[in-house]
Amino acid sequence: MQYPTDIKIILVPCTGKLDVLHILHAFEKGADGVYAVGCMEGDCHYNSGNFRARKRVEQAQHILDAIGVGGERAQMYNLSSSEGPRFAQIAVEMDERIRKLGPNPIKLAKNKAA
Amino acid sequence: MIVADKKPIEEIIEEIKEHEKILILGCNECVTVCEAGGKKEVGVLASALRMYFLNQGREVKIDEVTLERQCDHEYLEEIRDVMDQYDAVVSIACGVGVQFMAEKYHDTPIYPGVNTCFMGVTEKRGLWTERCQGCGDCMLARTGGICPVSRCAKRIFNGPCGGSVKGSCEINKEIDCAWQLIVDRLKALNRLDDYEELSPIKDWSTDRAGGPRKVVREDVQE
Amino acid sequence: MKEKTPSKLEKILAAGHMAVTSECGPPRGSDPEVIVEKANLIKDHVDAINITDNQTSVTRMCSLAACIRLKLMGLEPVLQMVTRDRNRIALQSDILGAASFDIYNILCLSGDHQSFGDCPTGQNVHDIDSMQLIQTVRHMRDEGKFLGGDDIKRPPQMFVGAAANPFADPFEIRVPRLAKKIAAGVEFIQTQCIYDIDKFELWMKMAGDRGLLEKVAILAGVTPFKSVGMARYMKNRVPGIEIPDEMVKRMADTPKEKQPEEGVKICIESIERLKEIKGVRGFHVMAIEWEDMVPEIVEKSGLYPRPSVE
Repeated sequence: MQYPTDIKIILVPCTGKLDVLHILHAFEKGADGVYAVGCMEGDCHYNSGNFRARKRVEQAQHILDAIGVGGERAQMYNLSSSEGPRFAQIAVEMDERIRKLGPNPIKLAKNKAA
Repeated sequence: MIVADKKPIEEIIEEIKEHEKILILGCNECVTVCEAGGKKEVGVLASALRMYFLNQGREVKIDEVTLERQCDHEYLEEIRDVMDQYDAVVSIACGVGVQFMAEKYHDTPIYPGVNTCFMGVTEKRGLWTERCQGCGDCMLARTGGICPVSRCAKRIFNGPCGGSVKGSCEINKEIDCAWQLIVDRLKALNRLDDYEELSPIKDWSTDRAGGPRKVVREDVQE
Repeated sequence: MKEKTPSKLEKILAAGHMAVTSECGPPRGSDPEVIVEKANLIKDHVDAINITDNQTSVTRMCSLAACIRLKLMGLEPVLQMVTRDRNRIALQSDILGAASFDIYNILCLSGDHQSFGDCPTGQNVHDIDSMQLIQTVRHMRDEGKFLGGDDIKRPPQMFVGAAANPFADPFEIRVPRLAKKIAAGVEFIQTQCIYDIDKFELWMKMAGDRGLLEKVAILAGVTPFKSVGMARYMKNRVPGIEIPDEMVKRMADTPKEKQPEEGVKICIESIERLKEIKGVRGFHVMAIEWEDMVPEIVEKSGLYPRPSVE
């Protein structure tokens, strides 16, 4: 199963571990996009971790819109751990979305400043 | 606790946009509980502002500190040595903290990052509601523990006013009619006869009307 | 009840007659003719005319000025005073202003919240509430003193009234609330408009059982429907008004052009039923923006001509 090579995967025991700050710091450091992949809603191994992750992704989206980076760069997806092909599909979808949006303006600004 | 709500980031940006070295100062108490001004919120605000300014082509120094409280001298003193590094502070403590900071650090502009709203309770995470307005002369013994000053939109002492509908205030059906609550409570306490006692005219001089207030306890002063 | 003031309304009630009052809303401007015209429409059919006080929190000419206008016309005003807009200094001050023009009737109210009106971002005052205002007027009249304790030169001689709503929530304290107002010193009550006569009768009976009806004169409020739309609006959107379904149906079943006539008929029938209820001492006819209908209602209810008293 293939998926785009410019995706960096960070493993967490549950997407509930993802904090808003992780998402924001990633963009601050130059990431062009951030997405969380959690279990299907209702199937979270820790009950509500994936619901919390979704709320935090939404919070990050609002902030990213307010500061001109663009909320669509952050996304939440849900799938079952056995759905390998779907995982690849999501990766491709996210990759295409970000390519269309272009590089993170923060990254460009930082490069200019350096 | 004191309940506050985050100011929109656009408003904060407007306050600080002329500055280049900014400290975001949080508070570990009330504003942490109502998720408006604690360490987490400091981190989020600082990151968002750094990215905003970068996007504008400016690299603005934005540091993060969270104090235990901003209403006691000793905690505000903790940052004495670093204050000269900043040309502005955004305090996301309640209005008390913002003002105390301004008093202590006379030469540095201190901007508010939250709107301080009321003294209230956490009904559930994400929902905080008002309970007390600090009138200075607590009458809760007479009303079964429910305050007509803070919970009645007309602060009526001999209520209800006749505008309530099915236990909701006339101004908004999501607001309980305080007097319905009081009647229900007096009933539960078997004290419905107390309802007919006429509540005397309030002395508002202990409230805001009497001017800025203070509490003095000589027995504990050094 | 022995009269305590020169109020014509008090005298009419003391003489044992059914009293009739109505109301005028002041204009949203400074033209006194509006008040003069409205008052002229009803003056021979009522004993006293209420002037509302920034009703629904919509800014209008003040009640006091309009009451003075009525007084200059030789008519009997009832000064409505809400506690929403004035602190105790201003309230006492306006009471003296009214008394200086020999205005002898006052209706003490809290007032609708300012969010309903044209200045929703304004402050509200509520320094004292309507019950405490009743106490204040009685104190000024009977003790001749200000709230602060000083003597008043030429104290006001006002007949003190308040509103009552037998249909407001919660029902269980509606009679205790009346008792409270009487203990505070109220002498006459104008009720909110009555459509559910059975429920009103129950309230009156409960009040009578407590001996309250001997201590206060209750004027039953009535308002004619102009249309079925108005009936529905009042039933669904106005707090503290209860309208039986049959009454709305009766309006709905009437052809549109005949609805005003039917509304007036219902009003007159209500008055006839209310006359029979023990303790009803008169009527407060609120024909909102329909003042010209008041004479017909009063006449067809057998309440005309109005008695004269000295």
